[in-house]
Amino acid sequence: MNTPVIGVLALQGDVREHLIALAAADAVARPVRRPEELAEVDGLVIPGGESTTISKLADLFGLAEPLRERIRNGMPVYGSCAGLIMLADKILDPRSGQETFGGIDMIVRRNAFGRQNESFEATVEVAGIGGVEGVFIRAPWVESVGAAAEVLAEHDGHIVAVRQGSALATSFHPELTGDHRVHELFVEMVREKHPAGSR
Amino acid sequence: MSSTPTTSTQQATDTPATGTARVKRGMAEQLKGGVIMDVVTPEQAKIAEDAGAVAVMALERVPADIRKDGGVARMSDPDMIEGIIEAVSIPVMAKSRIGHFVEAQILQSLGVDYIDESEVLTPADEVNHSDKFAFTTPFVCGATNLGEALRRIAEGAAMIRSKGEAGTGNVVEAVRHMRQIKNEIARLRGYDNNELYAAAKELRAPYELVKEVSELGKLPVVLFSAGGVATPADAALMRQLGAEGVFVGSGIFKSGDPAKRAAAIVKATTFYDDPKIIADASRNLGEAMVGINCDELPETERYAKRGW
Repeated sequence: MNTPVIGVLALQGDVREHLIALAAADAVARPVRRPEELAEVDGLVIPGGESTTISKLADLFGLAEPLRERIRNGMPVYGSCAGLIMLADKILDPRSGQETFGGIDMIVRRNAFGRQNESFEATVEVAGIGGVEGVFIRAPWVESVGAAAEVLAEHDGHIVAVRQGSALATSFHPELTGDHRVHELFVEMVREKHPAGSR
Repeated sequence: MSSTPTTSTQQATDTPATGTARVKRGMAEQLKGGVIMDVVTPEQAKIAEDAGAVAVMALERVPADIRKDGGVARMSDPDMIEGIIEAVSIPVMAKSRIGHFVEAQILQSLGVDYIDESEVLTPADEVNHSDKFAFTTPFVCGATNLGEALRRIAEGAAMIRSKGEAGTGNVVEAVRHMRQIKNEIARLRGYDNNELYAAAKELRAPYELVKEVSELGKLPVVLFSAGGVATPADAALMRQLGAEGVFVGSGIFKSGDPAKRAAAIVKATTFYDDPKIIADASRNLGEAMVGINCDELPETERYAKRGW
């Protein structure tokens, strides 16, 4: 079995937790802050954090364009919370100048579940995985998805996990729970894309 | 949605649980690698957000002005805090006085995302800090050493920041506190179980937390730095010393070109280990805040001494 190299976009956010979860899911995990580091990974995680900050820093340091291009060319990506926002083709209520990387045909609403006082934990049934502890922090939800996107989970009637081809996104933070099944699913997606020796 | 404060680290159940330790601490995890900026108006909050701040701290006066004006410093006007909440989409924090749990109740009711029980304001209780488990809103607290950090965590703090000496533009105290915390953690790493009981006694902190730190090699919550950060190099210094992010108070809006300085500090915080990028970020920033030498501060004006 090959061991894929998976980056975590390390501009801001809970990078460390994703690196730990990926390593536990049998990937080689590396922080990515520069275009040349991006070029060396088989797949990328966009962590939780502040989506406005992440999108600004990605623009500023020349990562946004190469990243969009790699996603268009099929690089597997997984985003949690802010990462889900960054993978949406469209944000319902963007801050001025906030541009996503795109990759999933979906419309997201930022902070849809409310502010920090409304942040919560609940069990979420994820298709293909089963019940996972969902930690939702000032979390977004997905308003609607296009035909190519598959809804993997809902909470309270709102879409909270989506997959489209090699792109995966969750409103919640599996990296904060010590349960690595979502990361294992993503590592498997990267393996499918890069069978042994194909790099 | 339930607003019942739950304080345990309980597992997720069918009923959504708010205010859990995981949700409170997890919120701070999302701020890592970022800069939290003091702002006194909605306009400043927007400048901070545009510069890439991960959160803003809403307050009436920045610490430099609190020092200048003297008198009792209290929680800000709710109108002013709400104005800032309206203005930005990033998280908004606000300060309560140490031990003033009613100010904290007000801040929670306003919907702030984090409460800073802060030594920058005049303490309301010289013995007790607020019981932070009684709140759904998470708290960040200052610390000058490991024992103080663990006592705050034992009271329910979900994030710790070094105190530094706010409003001075002088990073020396932030460095002292960060080094102190890091050194004490490193020392605990080498202790065996027998020694941890005595260590807990010396640190005046619960044994369970001391043991946890010894095992993890870090605090169980996110550790930021605060107090005296005024330049991109200061921010990068604090990160290289082990801070997971920085608070910048007076340093931005007391400087010549706040928007530019704010963006520069954000860049230096992300690329804290890349001197070339920090050098570029440091160019032509205009006047920095003037700054105060901490040795020249009388004892009574040393904020770091507040909190117990």
